Amino acid sequence: MEEENLKVIEFMHKYDIAVIGGGPAGLSTANTAAQLLGERAKIIVIDENPKLGGQLIKQTHMFFGSASHYCGVRGVDIADILKKKVKEKNVETLLNTTVVGYYGDLTIGVHQLDNSDENFFSIKAKKIIVATGANEKILAFVNNDLPGIYGAGAVQTLMNVYGIRPGKKVLMIGSGNIGLIVSYQLMQTDVEMVGLVEAMDHIGGYLVHASKLARCDIPFYIPYSIKEALGEEEVSGAVIAKLDKRWNFIKGTEKKIECDTICLAVGLSPLSEFFWAAGCKLVYVKELGGYVAVHNDDMETTKEGIYLAGDVSGIEEAVTAMLEGRIAGAQASVSLFPEIKPKAEKVKERAKEELRVFRAGPFGEEARIGKEKIDNLNA
Amino acid sequence: MNFHYRIENHPILKFKKGQRVKFTFDGRELEGYEGEPIAAALHAAGIKVLRRSIKLNRPRGFFCAIGKCSSCLMKVNGKVNVMVCITPLKEGTVVETQSGRGKLKSYRVYAQV
Repeated sequence: MEEENLKVIEFMHKYDIAVIGGGPAGLSTANTAAQLLGERAKIIVIDENPKLGGQLIKQTHMFFGSASHYCGVRGVDIADILKKKVKEKNVETLLNTTVVGYYGDLTIGVHQLDNSDENFFSIKAKKIIVATGANEKILAFVNNDLPGIYGAGAVQTLMNVYGIRPGKKVLMIGSGNIGLIVSYQLMQTDVEMVGLVEAMDHIGGYLVHASKLARCDIPFYIPYSIKEALGEEEVSGAVIAKLDKRWNFIKGTEKKIECDTICLAVGLSPLSEFFWAAGCKLVYVKELGGYVAVHNDDMETTKEGIYLAGDVSGIEEAVTAMLEGRIAGAQASVSLFPEIKPKAEKVKERAKEELRVFRAGPFGEEARIGKEKIDNLNA
Repeated sequence: MNFHYRIENHPILKFKKGQRVKFTFDGRELEGYEGEPIAAALHAAGIKVLRRSIKLNRPRGFFCAIGKCSSCLMKVNGKVNVMVCITPLKEGTVVETQSGRGKLKSYRVYAQV
C-alpha cells in the first residue's frame, strides 16, 4: 500500500449505553438493556475491580425473597449467574478501570490500570447509568483510626474473597443485617466473637440471623456503643458503655473488652461523586444513607441521559439493586429505541411492582420513607 | 492454640490461590500468593500498620478493602500512595511503609554543566 493512502484515524470510544459499576445493579442494567436491544446497541460495563460482581462476590449467605430474586442462592453464586448472563450477551466489559471525571456531553474520563500500564482516555455514551454502590460509614470514638478497626464489608472481603481472618477476637459494632451476617461468618472461620454492640434498644437486622448468634452464646450489648478503642499501634481492646434514651453514655456503665479487631457495621452511604461532577441535583436523605441524586421512578436523574440504580440511589440491598437495574436498563433502552416500548414497559412495570412488594415489609421502611422524600421533590 | 490468619478449611468457600511468591516489606522477606492484594498478604503475615498519618504520625491500617478510603496507602516498587488493598501482589514486589504524603520522584533534567 502506498503511504499517501494511509491516514491517522482518531479512535473515540463511543457507546449507546455505558454502565458505571459491575455489581448487582450495573450487571442487571446491562443485562436488561442487552436483552431488549440485542445487536442494536453497543453496551459497556466499566468496573474498577479485576472481577465483576461488586460486593456480591463476598456474600456467602443465602438470599431471602422469591425465586425470581434468587431466594436460597448465595451472593457469590448470584454474581456468577449475572456474569454469565452478561457474557452471553452483546455487552463489553472494561475491568480495572475507574471512571474519574465527567467531561460534559455524556463523556467520561476513565483511568485504566492494566498490570503496570496506566491508560487514561475518554468514553462517550448516549446514556450513562451510574451504579457505583456505596461506601462504609465510620463512627466517631476515641482512637477510631487504629489499625485493627475495619469496616464490616472489609472484613467480609478479607475473609470470604481472600481467605484471611481479620484477627483472633472480634468485637462487632452494629446489629443490622451486615453486622449479624458477618459475625456469623466470622464464627464459621473459628474466630472468637467477643460481643455484638447495638446502640438502639433492639436488634437492627432480621431475627433469623440474630438467633443464630444468640444460640452460639455471643454476648449482646444493647443499648450500648463504643467509647474508645484501646492500644498503641494496633487494637488491643475496647471500652463500651450503655446509652440512655437520648443516646448519651451512662456514667459508670463502662465495660472493657479485650479484642484485636473492632468491626464497624454502622451503615453505608451512597457513592454519589459522579453526580456532583455531572451537575445532577442532589439531596441529603437520612433514610437513604446520605446524598442521593434526585431521580424519578424510571431511575432518571435531573440531567438528561444520566440514570442510576442500586445503592447509589439509596442504601438497600442486592435484590432491590437488581430490580432498579432492570428499570434503568429498560428506560435507557426505550429512550434510545422507541420501537421497543411495549417490551420495555412490561419490564419496568414488573420490576416496579416487585420493588413495591419488597419495600412493603418492616425492613423496607427506611427505603420506602427515603424514596417517598425523593418522589415529593419530583412532584 | 496456634493462630493462623489464613483460613485453610472453610465450610462454604474454596479459595482459588495463585502461585506462592516472595516479596519484601520494609526489607523483610515475606511470602504471599500471586494476585491477592498486597494488603491481604501483609495481613496474613500479621502486619497491620501500613502507613503513618500526615499530621500526627499515627499508625494507619487496612479499613475498607475496596479502594475507597485511602487508609492503606503504601510505597510499592518505589511508587507512593498506592492503594494496597486493591493492588495485586507479584513476585519480588517491594513494599514499604509510607510516612505522611510520601515523597514523589523528582523530575530529572539532564544538562551539561
